[in-house]
Amino acid sequence: MNLKYVMKRILPLLTGLALLLSGCGRADLSALNPQGPVAQKQYDLIKLSISIMTLVVVVVFAILIYVLIKYRRRKGDKSIPKQVEGNHTLEIIWTVIPLVLLLILGVPTIQTVFGLAKDYSHDKNAVHVKVTSHLYWWEFEYTDYGVTTAQELVVPTNKKISFDLVSADVKHSFWIPSIGGKMDTNPGLTNRMYLEFPKEGIYRGKCAELCGPSHSLMDFKAKSVSPESFDRWIAAMKAPAQVAADAHIQETFRAKCLTCHAVGDQGAHAAPNLTGVGGRETFGGILYNDSDPNNREQVTVDNLKTWITDPQKVKPGNTMPSAKDNQLTPEEIDGIAKYLAGYKLNY
Amino acid sequence: MSTHAANTAHDAHAHTHTVKRYRGLMDWLTTVDHKKIGILYLIAGFFFFLVGGAEAIMIRIQLLKPMNDFVAADTFNELLTMHGTTMIFLAAMPMLFALMNAVVPLQLGARDVAFPFLNSLGFWTFFAGGILLNLGWFDASAPDAGWTAYAPLSGPTFNGSRAMDYYVIGLQIAGIGTLLGGINFMATIINMRAPGMSFMRMPMFTWAIFITSVLIVFAFPVLTVGLVALMFDRLFGANFFESGTGGNEVLWEHIFWIFGHPEVYILILPAFGVISEVVSTFSRKRLFGYSSMVFALVLIAFLGFMVWAHHMFATGLGPVANALFSIGTMLIAVPTGVKIFNWLFTLWGGSIRYTTAMLFAVGFIPTFVMGGVTGVMLASAPADYQYHDSYFVVAHFHYVIVGGLILGIFAGLHYWWPKMFGRHLNEGLGKLTFWTFFIGFHLTFFVQHFLGLLGMPRRVWTYLPNQGLDNMNLISSIGAFLMGIGTIVFVTNVIITWLKPRNAEADAWEDGRSLEWTIPSPPPEYNFKQTPLVRGADAWWKEKMDGKTEMTPAEPVGPIHMPSPSILPLIMSIGLFIAGFGFMYDNLLATIGGLAVTFACMFLRSVFDDHGFHIDPEHEEVHA
Repeated sequence: MNLKYVMKRILPLLTGLALLLSGCGRADLSALNPQGPVAQKQYDLIKLSISIMTLVVVVVFAILIYVLIKYRRRKGDKSIPKQVEGNHTLEIIWTVIPLVLLLILGVPTIQTVFGLAKDYSHDKNAVHVKVTSHLYWWEFEYTDYGVTTAQELVVPTNKKISFDLVSADVKHSFWIPSIGGKMDTNPGLTNRMYLEFPKEGIYRGKCAELCGPSHSLMDFKAKSVSPESFDRWIAAMKAPAQVAADAHIQETFRAKCLTCHAVGDQGAHAAPNLTGVGGRETFGGILYNDSDPNNREQVTVDNLKTWITDPQKVKPGNTMPSAKDNQLTPEEIDGIAKYLAGYKLNY
Repeated sequence: MSTHAANTAHDAHAHTHTVKRYRGLMDWLTTVDHKKIGILYLIAGFFFFLVGGAEAIMIRIQLLKPMNDFVAADTFNELLTMHGTTMIFLAAMPMLFALMNAVVPLQLGARDVAFPFLNSLGFWTFFAGGILLNLGWFDASAPDAGWTAYAPLSGPTFNGSRAMDYYVIGLQIAGIGTLLGGINFMATIINMRAPGMSFMRMPMFTWAIFITSVLIVFAFPVLTVGLVALMFDRLFGANFFESGTGGNEVLWEHIFWIFGHPEVYILILPAFGVISEVVSTFSRKRLFGYSSMVFALVLIAFLGFMVWAHHMFATGLGPVANALFSIGTMLIAVPTGVKIFNWLFTLWGGSIRYTTAMLFAVGFIPTFVMGGVTGVMLASAPADYQYHDSYFVVAHFHYVIVGGLILGIFAGLHYWWPKMFGRHLNEGLGKLTFWTFFIGFHLTFFVQHFLGLLGMPRRVWTYLPNQGLDNMNLISSIGAFLMGIGTIVFVTNVIITWLKPRNAEADAWEDGRSLEWTIPSPPPEYNFKQTPLVRGADAWWKEKMDGKTEMTPAEPVGPIHMPSPSILPLIMSIGLFIAGFGFMYDNLLATIGGLAVTFACMFLRSVFDDHGFHIDPEHEEVHA
């Protein structure tokens, strides 16, 4: 039984090790596969603490397995073991060693806490983004440029991005695991953090605080592009809106959609800004347009139609009315979907 | 046991009134006997454990594969909220109260707790609150804002239905019971120790319960304040946490965790106590480093009140607060480590007998160490920015709560079952329970550490495919089913044992060390025929080693004073239950009526003195 016991203790560890070695997850999602200096610093701390803790676990397990085997009671053994009261030296040893180990972890912890709390909100070279979380979407306002977008954060590489985080309704939490840890968006209180994106790429962002039925679907994307490309994106965002070719579709879109949404210089700001929406990776945060790379155009249109027809089915609890409530005909849905799918920005 | 003597109050010195005693169901509804109340806590707690377990299984079925739709998104939020709330407040704590009630007075050499009436009231308010909380399932919506109930998601603006009212009011009523229990056990342990039992001679389980009671007395009022404030927000339009009208939701987080973190220690310290008893008994050795174990308990409890903000590293409290709370949290690892090593060195050189209780105890040690080290990892604030609210945290707290507390409770139940019921649980089935539950547990939760680090937030209803999360979620669900099987085996064991004759010896495991093993299993109503004289730590072991077969009595045999049973605690709780619904449904009649019932009972209790009755242990006679 003891051998069995030992095996059962060790097997989960081996499984874990195998999982760890088999890969550290997607580069655009995993905290174990850091893609920026903030996540890297956090990953370094994770590695340091795992190493120290593995040491502790190994020592405890070794002693435990040893005593469990060595001191098991033999059949018919009636002897009374020596009743040991305790041992001061041992007590001091297992008080001091943990303290030393904690010191090794505590010093870099404090350094990193203060390092990551640096305030770049007044740094002229940083890009300033005000993040506002809504049920269940993300709004990104570039305060230096007067540009607002949603669901897809576009940032230049190799610049400090200073975020002001706040919520418009309930508490959410802003998390791009492979770029850096999370910070809550609190209603009525502004939080501040910074991130850096050294490499161009598209990273997955998540809401990490329970916020309602569609909490699990409140994903966003962070897209890092070259500084030149970023400047072109800003310019394109500020350009006048592209309109639908068909006048009826354009009028329907203006009357039914722009009461909440905005494109370019038109519309309202109660719902996600749709400027350049056709070029986004997803709709509603989770309908991926690249699910079939050979047929991206069609997938984009289909996703938009799915979303416009019945948003509740994709994201329960969001506030967008269905096509039926909006009194949109199938032709209008089709027209609006094609118009928006074609609404892309060059940058 | 002595109910057959009921209503036979012919007696020598009757001078006031006849003692009314009951049989059958009424006996259980009116009992103030700590042993029976312990059994009531166990039945109710285990019932809620099964309810919470069923909710957990449904959560794991939903997460078995990506984009599953076994339950709807809003139902999933109800499940996760009710799973957490039920398991912590209605399953884990009552099962601990069951062990406290069953064991602590016996370990002290006492005849009952300090306030038997309050003990009964505590049970019935907990039960009324627990039932009220769960009735949400039969209304439009069960509570759905997480067991942490963060405002404003739990507030009136974003939670307009009555869902969170069930949480706010149910927990307030149940919380009364917990607070009464804490006060009662503090008073009992301070005042009712047998002659010779100094504090430093108390068994470690009793020490753990003493410290736990102190924590309850200081922590639960904080929860009550928070719940009352939230109730005012919800029912009367106050603005404590409504940010739109000047309230501050971060205030709720502080209040909740100033209660919530000590609550974690309220849960785990009793398990530490159980493990200390079981490890020492089945190693046939005294507890290694008793005084440092006591000191560690006190230190953990003290530090436990100073680290609440480590639950809020991502809230944005700033680097100074985060750094201080990081270091404070790490420090708790030191006394916890002291406990672990003292258990290891209790085993060292012992003569270890692998009963089911012992298997759970030695399973506890490595599991709790793993939960403890991830706790230290979480204490490092910048790393926590990654772990926070991810499945890493889910894995961590299930390692300490299930791997710590629940394994501890199972160890305690198998260990004290013969004392509580006079019957040994079947060892074969017990070992099967252990292995299925233990393997299932590690299968479920070990992989969740990695799920979190790979980017899976907690409390998610579903997840997209191809994110590297699919396989580990499947493994985790399989493990949960295995834990479910382990629980079913345990229930089977209880039923089979129930059908067996009562034949447990007084010293049921032969190596008993403390006073509960000196009296019959189950003990008579008055526990000790004569209050024992305690001559050292491990009082019973010391007598056995000196060749004695029983304790030295500290008093002559004589009539024993007993408290009278009472139906008032049950009626008071029903009054609060009705008033709770009155508040929720804005029904003035029910509110006033319910409260009137409760106050009327309090009036009766205060005005009419009840002096109890006497039992003559030699003749089993009852005297008024």
